[in-house]
Amino acid sequence: MSKVGTGQETAAPRATKEVIDKADKVLASFTREKSNLIPILQQVQQVLGYLPEEALRRIARYLGAAEPGVFGVATFYAQFQFVPRGRNIIRVCRGTGCYVKGSPRIVEELEQLLDIKEGETTPDMEYTLETVACFGSCALAPVMVFNDKVYGRMTAEKAKQVLGRKR
Amino acid sequence: MNYEEIRKKATSQWQALQNGQKPRIFIGTGTCGMAAGAEEILATLRKELESNGLKADIVQVGCIGFCYAEPLIEIIKPGKPGIFYGNLTPSKVSEIVRDYLAGENPRPDLALVCRDNTGVDGIIGFADFPVLKPQARLVLRNCGNIDPEDINHYVANDGYSGLARALKMKPQEIIDELKKSGLRGRGGAGFPTGMKWQFCRDAPGTQKYIICNADEGDPGAFMNRAVLEGDPHTVLEGMVIGAYAIGASEGYIYVRAEYPLAIQRLKVALAQMDKSGFLGENILDSGFNFHIKIKEGAGAFVCGEETAMMASIEGNRGMPRPRPPFPATSGLWGKPTTINNVETWAHAAVIMQKGADWFANYGNEKSKGTKTFSLVGKVQRTGLIEVPLGITLREIVYGIGGGIVGGKKFKAVQTGGPSGGCLPTGFLDSPVDYESLAAAGSMMESGGMVVMDEDNCMVDVARYFLTFIQLESCGKCIPCRWGTKQMLDILNDIVSGKGRPGDIDLLLELADGVKNGSLCALGGTAPNPILTTIRYFRDEYEAHINEKRCPAGACKALLT
Repeated sequence: MSKVGTGQETAAPRATKEVIDKADKVLASFTREKSNLIPILQQVQQVLGYLPEEALRRIARYLGAAEPGVFGVATFYAQFQFVPRGRNIIRVCRGTGCYVKGSPRIVEELEQLLDIKEGETTPDMEYTLETVACFGSCALAPVMVFNDKVYGRMTAEKAKQVLGRKR
Repeated sequence: MNYEEIRKKATSQWQALQNGQKPRIFIGTGTCGMAAGAEEILATLRKELESNGLKADIVQVGCIGFCYAEPLIEIIKPGKPGIFYGNLTPSKVSEIVRDYLAGENPRPDLALVCRDNTGVDGIIGFADFPVLKPQARLVLRNCGNIDPEDINHYVANDGYSGLARALKMKPQEIIDELKKSGLRGRGGAGFPTGMKWQFCRDAPGTQKYIICNADEGDPGAFMNRAVLEGDPHTVLEGMVIGAYAIGASEGYIYVRAEYPLAIQRLKVALAQMDKSGFLGENILDSGFNFHIKIKEGAGAFVCGEETAMMASIEGNRGMPRPRPPFPATSGLWGKPTTINNVETWAHAAVIMQKGADWFANYGNEKSKGTKTFSLVGKVQRTGLIEVPLGITLREIVYGIGGGIVGGKKFKAVQTGGPSGGCLPTGFLDSPVDYESLAAAGSMMESGGMVVMDEDNCMVDVARYFLTFIQLESCGKCIPCRWGTKQMLDILNDIVSGKGRPGDIDLLLELADGVKNGSLCALGGTAPNPILTTIRYFRDEYEAHINEKRCPAGACKALLT
């Protein structure tokens, strides 16, 4: 099975019916103003875990906007994902404070441990490894966030332990 | 309700907390505290209090700025000054509860500092604490001292008195006071805030907007996060004052999605303001109406640029547009708009509370007041600091920061994020103000200060920033889109041992093109990390290119 995030993935799409229902439910909570586009994308991603093509089409139709326009906005922002992500999200900070204190080594170690590259998901959909510009916890650099819990003063060893506890 | 009544109620609640018979325990649960393990400390604290049969008021507060010592608590026993304990572990917490809360021994061996000028029991006092001595905490005055989710704590500490005062003044008088204070923008180039407000006030149109730029995107900077988490009302008070002065009826706070706790605290604060009559219709019975909405960013550094931010709020790709027209005349949805960053709004509140003259006492001639910085990197005491402008870098790095970790040699301090530069030893005694930093080739920007030692390679640091900028370039204008890519390619070659003679000149030539040819400040300042490192550390570039050697021993490809 190919790895997700490489552009060649063949991950099974979710049931279209489920996507449509969930996306429509989110849409119903917003007015049809263009300025709601980004909040809608955020909310739909929150519910579905990523932004499937069908959901983007529904959003465009709801706002009366052209599909390429909606796709253009969605692809502009780093937050939006277009392929499913793993059940556990590991995010390592690559901010300046973390960089000078060795965060690249942590990324390398995790890449080896999980046998994926930054931005990819393990084939069993268990882990996604990402880097983020800065979490703003620079005083405790290097920083890693595992499923929204922030861990400071990281080392490659400690990062493995955090994952180990979950595994 | 009028302000005096609200204040009276808040003050009596605050007094009750201060004069209570139970000890109070303040615990820092900002993002820094949490990252260091505050959750575990809080749980242990509760458990130990219970098993010792003790009662105490536990207050969760924001960052007090001693981030290096997180997790951190302050214990205030009735009639005694507060004592801070840092670098806590569950077992230290057990000992402190047993010895100081159940007993009378404040454990000077475990204490960090005492909230008292003279100190007690051999514990150093605030006045002698090297971390605080050079600081003047105006914007950060409440951070770590009040519960950020309780508006009464803010009000009891002069909160919203600036707004109450402003609403009794004419809008022009407020702007005049701002001008008199000398406040300059704290997020970018340092434009005088009073003038910015004046342009927007004078712009024709009935619908006007204000925006709070909380898209603190500079890697290595977290001052704004700490303020939003630790004292959101000080920012919001500034916004309401500004809206009244400018004549705006709607405001937006654009916050990075990477700051979930700040967003949550803002939501709580806005709801409380609304309930207390500091927001919404007929604010404090003045007839002034104003509403604030939160907009969550979606991960694009360029959205910190004001025209890009407005495009993003409108629901578009966050790409900058040429100025003029400036936002003051044609901003959000084409209406006059004032954008200031978190710290600038917070300063506006402080100035209206305490007065322009009081504020202008701090700082030097052209740079008035104080500035927050996040002091990080290879210093012993990292943290969130606020200092009078004009202080020297040495006082910050060695005084507050305690010097370099592990006895290593100081190499440079990086200020201004990806738009700034790396300043070498020679600048340690230069004042930190807008003009001096610009003259050195760096920038004030939002206030990230990353200290680097002899193990950091300056070429690699330049490459790091270029990698960031090249990823974040929006692609609209060619000098930025391609210029940053070309410069990055050259830097990648240099750090991997493929540098060629002439690369430095090529970099300088490209930097000039990108600096002068780019549409917005992202591109316009993108070459600064390269330009300053070439200017001050040219020998490191030459060693990489000519000798295929990394003097700092940091570039892997050159280690053999």
